[in-house]
Amino acid sequence: MELQQHHQHHIKLSEESLQKQTTTLNLGPTHPATHGVFQNIMEIDGERVLETVPTIGYIHRAFEKIAERRPFYQITTLTDRLNYCSSPINNMGWHMTVEKLLKINVPKRVQYLRVIVMELARIADHLVCNSVVAVDTGALTPFTYVFQVREHIYEIFEEICGSRLTTNMGRVGGFERNFSATAFEKLDKFLQDFPKTMKEFENLLDRNRIFMDRCIGAGPISAERALNYGFTGPNLRATGVDYDVRVAQPYSSYEDFDFKIPVGTNGDVYDRYLVRNGEIWQSLSIIRQALEKIEKIEKEFPEQKNIFYAQEADHFHLPPKEDVYTKMEALIYHFKIIMGEIDAPKGEVYHAVEGGNGELGFYLISDGGRTPYRLHFRRPCFIYYQAFPEMVSGGLLSDAIIALSSLNVIAGELDA
Amino acid sequence: MALTNEIIKQKLTEKFGDQLTEWDEQFGLLTFKVPADQNLKVIQFLYDDETLRFRFLTDLTAVHYPERKGEEICVVYHLHNLVDNIRLRFKVYVPSEKPDVYTVTQRFSTANWMERETYDFFGVNFIGHPNLIRILNVDEMDYFPMRKEYAMEDPTRRDKDDEMFGR
Repeated sequence: MELQQHHQHHIKLSEESLQKQTTTLNLGPTHPATHGVFQNIMEIDGERVLETVPTIGYIHRAFEKIAERRPFYQITTLTDRLNYCSSPINNMGWHMTVEKLLKINVPKRVQYLRVIVMELARIADHLVCNSVVAVDTGALTPFTYVFQVREHIYEIFEEICGSRLTTNMGRVGGFERNFSATAFEKLDKFLQDFPKTMKEFENLLDRNRIFMDRCIGAGPISAERALNYGFTGPNLRATGVDYDVRVAQPYSSYEDFDFKIPVGTNGDVYDRYLVRNGEIWQSLSIIRQALEKIEKIEKEFPEQKNIFYAQEADHFHLPPKEDVYTKMEALIYHFKIIMGEIDAPKGEVYHAVEGGNGELGFYLISDGGRTPYRLHFRRPCFIYYQAFPEMVSGGLLSDAIIALSSLNVIAGELDA
Repeated sequence: MALTNEIIKQKLTEKFGDQLTEWDEQFGLLTFKVPADQNLKVIQFLYDDETLRFRFLTDLTAVHYPERKGEEICVVYHLHNLVDNIRLRFKVYVPSEKPDVYTVTQRFSTANWMERETYDFFGVNFIGHPNLIRILNVDEMDYFPMRKEYAMEDPTRRDKDDEMFGR
């Protein structure tokens, strides 16, 4: 009986539904074109979208609540599952937030290693987004090309931390282990092979008449509206605003690097596509610079070769397993950290990193216990997805589909 | 001259006097408390003033402090001045029995979902919000889960022992 009432509660067809001339279309929650679990109830007139009502929350996992019971090092796994296309950025962002609270200075080499990983993740993230835009316009080939190099990136991650998608990479203070020689070899190979594939990818799409006709002018947003909607990341830069957290509030020594911020003008699908491609090239250049810098450090101070975390983060950095089994201090720290006997200082900190989709913020309040008193994720997807109805109403349904994929809405980040 | 926390503080004190309290500057981020009925005025002033120009709402969320009697729910705003590249944070405290705060959706469209999320998890009633309904949780939910009275399951409890599921 109760179930029936619930059903009645959900199905709401108005009296006018008999006379109405428009069509109601359910896009999602599981639809191949949404690339994630979220729903749009669209009112369409022929092929024109009149109105769309997004419903989200299908994979809400209450991360903020769960985080209130978890010691800091266990929250890393939660951040993995926000934007799972670029989990290392989330991991590092979280670690840097905690380091800010603990006032830990991370050695330069570790910061550069982090930059390498984060930029690799950004490339992977942008590749997925851009190739999926192509898929939604009907071009499947570029997608298969770039997924091969995405695989190479994941192999590098695998070599560094053991996992691929949800990486749980690093610890507060640095990494769990040093990069192996194989990791650097794979990285070198990637840097050699990737530009060729990327060029191929761009050749297939950038000046492709069909692709351009589909993308130019689709799902546009003005810079003013984008700012009002809290856009950040590539989607904001496509409108012409050059806001990038890496430049505005540099973290992990991004100020040492020389790179450009690609911007667009119209804020439509095509501009977003171009901005992401431009960023991929910039990320490549950043990775090269980082490798050079690391090489320089190692040449000057050979002993730095073995530094992969900040010594001062001892109280929070799980020691390497071989030390735990052989050294007393490491064993003590291991147990103290695992048993949650280490309290964080009191404090309130907001730290933002440039995630794949924009400003990924961590608002952490610590009351001096082992777990956060409150942890809030500023998820760029969640914030800009609310502009979707405004961006697509009046346009074609097919434009709405590519607008959705070019926004790179990741359900994990949307719902947290 | 670059905009600094001192200038912002001075400007705000000139305008609002001693209504703004609990000034703080942890990790370089200017933080202050605003009376519950003044949040719109402060936001508008920060937006309009030609030197302050805080025209980007970075984040809006809430925190529950059960021990702060009479002002248990704290709504937190993070604003960003993109031109001078400076952030600030202000807080509004409201009682959990009557958590009424004015909406800022007229000023920032982005506040729409942020406020819905805050309502969803803390039950903050944003007066004037165009569509204040739950966003991430199911509509049938009749409590606000991020409040501290809903503790996470205690891992040491024994009443859920279940051999079949290994707990």
